[in-house]
Amino acid sequence: MLARRDFFGKAVVEALVTLPLVLPPVVVGYLLLLAFSPAGVFGALGAGVLFRWTGAAVAAGVMALPLMTGPLRLGLEAVDPRLEGAARTLGASRARVFRTVTLPLALPGLVTAAVLGFARALGEFGATQTFVSNIPGETQTLPLAIHALLQVPGQDAAAGRLTLISVFIAFAALLGAGVVQRRAAAHRK
Amino acid sequence: MINVDIRKRLGDFDLALAFDSDAKVTALFGPSGAGKTSVLDMIAGLSRPDAGRIVVDGAPLFDPAAGIDVPPDHRRVGYVFQDKRLFPHLRVRANLLYGAPDDAGLAETARDLGIAHLLDRWPRHLSGGEAQRVAIGRALLMRPRLLLLDEPLAHLDRARRAEVLRLIERLRDTGGVPLVYVTHDANDIERLGAMRVDL
Repeated sequence: MLARRDFFGKAVVEALVTLPLVLPPVVVGYLLLLAFSPAGVFGALGAGVLFRWTGAAVAAGVMALPLMTGPLRLGLEAVDPRLEGAARTLGASRARVFRTVTLPLALPGLVTAAVLGFARALGEFGATQTFVSNIPGETQTLPLAIHALLQVPGQDAAAGRLTLISVFIAFAALLGAGVVQRRAAAHRK
Repeated sequence: MINVDIRKRLGDFDLALAFDSDAKVTALFGPSGAGKTSVLDMIAGLSRPDAGRIVVDGAPLFDPAAGIDVPPDHRRVGYVFQDKRLFPHLRVRANLLYGAPDDAGLAETARDLGIAHLLDRWPRHLSGGEAQRVAIGRALLMRPRLLLLDEPLAHLDRARRAEVLRLIERLRDTGGVPLVYVTHDANDIERLGAMRVDL
């Protein structure tokens, strides 16, 4: 939507989405905590989110979003609107055009956005810690767990295992993205 | 039968065109920059006239007085673009079938157009003439009630030109679908026995 439409207050929405990129993560976490606290804007949703794994997901999403909008927008803008027009004349509804023409042609941008968002979400530390704390089995993300283990003497082996898992997840994600990226590029000029 | 009466402001000049044609082939003739492609875009529903009326076989496609502006996907107007606009992420077969209700006519159309051997190719591996014929096939397979061709003879060498001219003649004689095509070459119009509309 940010890529294609001009609407009232677009600049404000853009700034809001980008804000977590510029703010210290701890501040973002604290703002989320305020927003979801009983007196906050999203207070009604607080019970489902506060100090639960869903809250960790919200924090990761908010932190990842500003990194994803850029490549998403570039990907969508790279799709030739003339091809979309051609699809319309062939009887395709707007929804079908988006699904069969726009999305497949924007795929490289979508993959880049996914990788960047995933990287940010995987590494997210400050906002999560502040927003939902570090509760083993509920809100303890990989980096939080590693950090916790490193605070205790003699836990180097456990921290090492988690570090290996981090490296493995990151590596697998990059390889997977590379495969999709190459396939998408193969049919294009 | 096609009735067109449109006005549109394009940059710093006003495009105004009115014609009625029940010819099998109607040729829009004029120098480049006269707005020929804009007329096709408006008939196909890709751009909106400022005022006027577009009716095909008695069915109004654009008639603001009656509150009618049929969206392009409901017009059933086939459009062969000058720049082809084949979908680069789909093979020729999927391109041909994109607007088709079923694949019943695929084999016959592909044979008629001489593209049966290209069905599994990617568009980027087609020559200009081949891409042209795939674009025509794609528009025909959606079973249009009107076929628009934008400069189908431009940028083709002599042999390909003759081939595409023969193809248009065959569409004229057997297709049953009226053609509107854009050209800036008066010789083609005579050869095709087309009704000429100047702009």
